[in-house]
Amino acid sequence: MDYQIIVGLEVHVQLQTKTKLFCGCVNLFNPDNPNVQTCPVCTAMPGSLPVMNREAFSLAMKTAVAINCGIASFTKWDRKQYYYPDLPKAYQISQFDLPFSENGFLDIEVDGEQRKIGIIRAHLEEDAGKNMHDESGKGGDSKVDLNRCGTPLVEIVSEPDMRSAAEAKEYLEELKLLLTYIDVSDCNMQEGSLRCDANVNLHVTNDDGEKIATPIVEVKNLNSFRGVELAIEYEADRQWDIYQETGLKIGDVAKETRGWDATRGKTFGQRGKEDAADYRYFPDPDLVPVTVTEEEKQAVRDSLGELPAARRSRFIEEYSLSKYDASVIVSQGNSFTLYYESVAKSCGDGKQAANWLTQEVLREMNERKISIEDFPITSDGLATSLINRVRDKKISIKSAKEIFARLMEDFGESNESYGDNKAFDQRVEQLIEEMGLALVSDTGELEGVVDAVLAKEQNQKAIEDFKGGKQAAVGALMGQVMKQIKGADAQTVRKMIIEKIQNM
Amino acid sequence: MSQKLTRGDVTKVALLARLKLSDEELDTFTSQLSQVLQYVDVLNEVDTENIEPMAHAIEVSNVFREDEVQPSLSREAALQNAPLTDGSHYLVPQILENATPES
Ligand SMILES: [Zn+2]
Repeated sequence: MDYQIIVGLEVHVQLQTKTKLFCGCVNLFNPDNPNVQTCPVCTAMPGSLPVMNREAFSLAMKTAVAINCGIASFTKWDRKQYYYPDLPKAYQISQFDLPFSENGFLDIEVDGEQRKIGIIRAHLEEDAGKNMHDESGKGGDSKVDLNRCGTPLVEIVSEPDMRSAAEAKEYLEELKLLLTYIDVSDCNMQEGSLRCDANVNLHVTNDDGEKIATPIVEVKNLNSFRGVELAIEYEADRQWDIYQETGLKIGDVAKETRGWDATRGKTFGQRGKEDAADYRYFPDPDLVPVTVTEEEKQAVRDSLGELPAARRSRFIEEYSLSKYDASVIVSQGNSFTLYYESVAKSCGDGKQAANWLTQEVLREMNERKISIEDFPITSDGLATSLINRVRDKKISIKSAKEIFARLMEDFGESNESYGDNKAFDQRVEQLIEEMGLALVSDTGELEGVVDAVLAKEQNQKAIEDFKGGKQAAVGALMGQVMKQIKGADAQTVRKMIIEKIQNM
Repeated sequence: MSQKLTRGDVTKVALLARLKLSDEELDTFTSQLSQVLQYVDVLNEVDTENIEPMAHAIEVSNVFREDEVQPSLSREAALQNAPLTDGSHYLVPQILENATPES
């Protein structure tokens, strides 16, 4: 007996509009100031009327195009009825039978293998408020904050096309990258602007070759990439145990909803919100339908610009990057790739630019927890003052990295960016001098030092050792030379020492 | 809807709306709601073959507002009609959302 994990994801993304979906209340994550972002519309006062936010619909259309969905020419909103304290109207305005977009896909790559994940639909709906439960176990009242109530959400429903927890995580990461690239959402999982539910079951192949699907379980409210991965792995193991024990198939029991306990690393059964989902959808009479013309659809397509997948391919092509480097750079987000391209263009060496960015720059960003927007060295400064000096053999790559580290230390103390490229270049020049890192092109000076080192009494043994075939002996001699001329190029020094010994 | 509304239907709708109805109320509402539905049932006599379903009662579409922030209610105003608050939140009877995790 063997099994295959089957996963479909439902992803909720908060759109980064200024205001809520149906009212002018500010759309802002503000948990410390509960109930200050509400009005008669989002608190469901009688007689209030929702009016659609144009920007929210526009961002929703951009989302649709990015995930290769068709945009509907006619779409409408429906009421999804359920009774819950975080939903003051006792219905959510959502889309039922005519969502604004359907039939898309997202390409992902896992372990070098390309996978096309189908997307069933994406629809635009409003978020609910937030309930906080009494954790004491004494049955105290629950608190309700309606700040979030009415925030625009796009729900993206995938086909059950993912075949492992790793694929699900990759799909989610690629989706996040895509949506942040086109500026429709900040996709901040900690703040809940990207949330994920996973539908998980198994396709079991019995010993006699019979194929059986196990009952589907929906794991709710996964709020980290790691959580998605772990919850799916846990669910697969759990369902496999249950199948072996009971042999239950899909249809034998109702679809189960489970929560994810990140602390214990387990999923747990949740009581259903109602007996079964009886949402009694019907068209919302408060909102009129939206129609979209072919010209408007084309305008959205044209407005998107280059998406991450295309940018990766172009970087590989245009800057001769490895697939890996292109992927690391692009996954850092739009601003980082713009910085990269600027460095690459300024120094004319895409590969060197990539090395600097994926190693030095990323490391400093991570250590200092700063974004590329807050990075103290401009792309131009990095290219002309450091990378080009290495290219022009003014300093060695090792020295350039030492200077870079020094510049970052200075920044750590002063917290001031090097905005002015000229001042920055002078600072680099100053450091080269101070640290004695100028590459010595004057072979006369170098020759003098090498001669002096070779003449030293204590070094005669090393010279004999080298003559006797002990290659490593040259290292100690090089060290002494480099100590005196820090900027000396190691290869040149090595060559000169060997030539001189051979000519002795 | 030519099927007759049952007491069970009304019980279910009441549960979904979180209404607690007495036996007498259930009888009353089953009969009253049945009458309402019978009245609406008249519409079933209309021939709707080849007629597109309407999404809305008025022939208007694309009503938008610009994405501009308007003042919200003060917290005091927002909470003033609530039966119970802690001064910053609405308070509601405990919600039994999650079963306890299996250990
Ligand atoms: Zn509002």
